[in-house]
Amino acid sequence: MSNIWVVVEPANGALTTTSLEILTHARTLGGTVSAITWGGQGAALAAQAGEYGATTLHDAGDLAGALPGAPVAGAIAALVASAGAPDVILIPTSYDGRDIAGRLSAKLNTGVLTNVTGYSADGTTEHPVFGGTQIVNARFTSGGPGIVVIRAKSFAAESASGAAATVNSIAAGDLGATNSAKIVASHVEERVGPKLEEAAVIVSGGRGLGEASAFALVEDAAKLLNGASGASRAIVDAGWVPYSKQVGQTGKTVKPTVYIACGISGATQHMVGMKGSKNIVAINKDADAPIFQVADFGIVGDVHKVLPALIEKLKSR
Amino acid sequence: MNIVVCVKQIPDPAAPASLDPNTHNLDRTGKLILDEADTYGVEMALQLVDKAGAGEVTVVSMGSAADLSGVRNALAMGAAKAIVVSDDALRGTDALGTAKVLAAAIKRVNPDLVLCATESSDGYTGTVPVQVAELLGLPSVTFAKSVTVDGSNVKIDRQTDGGYDEVTTPLPAVVTVTAGVVEPRYASFKGIMAAKSKPVEQLTAADLGLAAETGAAGAGQEITAVVAAESRAAGEKYTDEGDGADRIVAFLESIKVL
Repeated sequence: MSNIWVVVEPANGALTTTSLEILTHARTLGGTVSAITWGGQGAALAAQAGEYGATTLHDAGDLAGALPGAPVAGAIAALVASAGAPDVILIPTSYDGRDIAGRLSAKLNTGVLTNVTGYSADGTTEHPVFGGTQIVNARFTSGGPGIVVIRAKSFAAESASGAAATVNSIAAGDLGATNSAKIVASHVEERVGPKLEEAAVIVSGGRGLGEASAFALVEDAAKLLNGASGASRAIVDAGWVPYSKQVGQTGKTVKPTVYIACGISGATQHMVGMKGSKNIVAINKDADAPIFQVADFGIVGDVHKVLPALIEKLKSR
Repeated sequence: MNIVVCVKQIPDPAAPASLDPNTHNLDRTGKLILDEADTYGVEMALQLVDKAGAGEVTVVSMGSAADLSGVRNALAMGAAKAIVVSDDALRGTDALGTAKVLAAAIKRVNPDLVLCATESSDGYTGTVPVQVAELLGLPSVTFAKSVTVDGSNVKIDRQTDGGYDEVTTPLPAVVTVTAGVVEPRYASFKGIMAAKSKPVEQLTAADLGLAAETGAAGAGQEITAVVAAESRAAGEKYTDEGDGADRIVAFLESIKVL
């Protein structure tokens, strides 16, 4: 593999952790790594992109409030047309990353592989399926550059102490109506404690909590353990907690030191997002719940009794 | 206002899933149901058409037509008609091929708005709606947690990592909705009876001029192997006899979290 492009996402003046993880892995594939970003902050991001292994940082510029999917995919397609196609384009799994991947796949008429957790130099991808019980290997068969969308925490981010990347401006051609979705306002939900993806301890709640108000127990336990609170898809869909707390296939991938699952049965949807945790503790009243098959430590019991008791023990420490 | 909702009939998630050892396609020989993730788009479309006071909801689907109970379910909820693209040659079609088929079928309806789930519950590739938008030359907004039509624009609260963005886009557009965006209605008995006589247009890939770009041969990638993942062994398990919290504290101490 000689030419690897990595889409790197800007957030609050730096590159996202997932972007750095993918850059780190891209270095091991045996080619030149170029990064692609947007926002017009290329000069500020060049040091970090270079540190993690990119020699060039292409910047699609300020998008003037447009959602990144169409303009960034357009700029990458234009770069393919002018500079030639790379061997592969690696993109982080994120709201905007998937948009860019989908648009780009249609523009280049090339295949896209998503939910990837491993990628080797011979072009083979790894995808966990059926809740992570099996791994599918795949590869591209079409001519164009394959587009690989990689899940968070598939690789560890490690600095290579590289020199700052050379910044290059790129731009899309005429995007027509596709570029007309605009962000008019942003709202950030208040959060106490560490970010879910970065917390060493996560206490997570599911349908077994019975009602929305019982999630307060999960939050109390998380706070006492200096951790973050998470949730299964079932209670996010039910509207008990915001989507940003969702752990699983459609939510966040987490790998904390300990993951404490409270009233979570262990649907495959959920397991794929937390199976990589170093330790898993489960509290569930159903002794046959699938969560116990992956739990290092399980308590078969009523979460409404065990969790308040745990909170009292933690408070008295 | 005319709205297309893309829907997928999937194997019942409650039943164990498997991949065919030869083709690596998902086994779809069992009963198929309407993907629950799609019911939110159907409900949202019905509410938007209702609010607009005119127009109708069309469901568009690609997949086996041997069992159309999932599509009929969407019709029973209140959609006016369906287009189902189905033939054996479509087996093994990839995400981009699927998007080409759906885009060609959607073009026949020329809707004001296309709604999709953020991803299907069986394949969860999550790129098809945006690919459809690109192929149709339309703007797209993914991960909508609220959708409001305001004249010729649609306003969306779009989920972000830390909260949500307010996004506006002119119509026509493609919007993907998250689960929980609305409460999907149950089909009434009257709705179920009415659905039996609602029009379901059945097309093949060839009807849409897409025979060469679909099926396993038209796919841009292939599965090379399916292997068992490193499994996590189950650890200790105790039945709570009032000592559950103490045991958890002891475990957390043993791994030095406490």
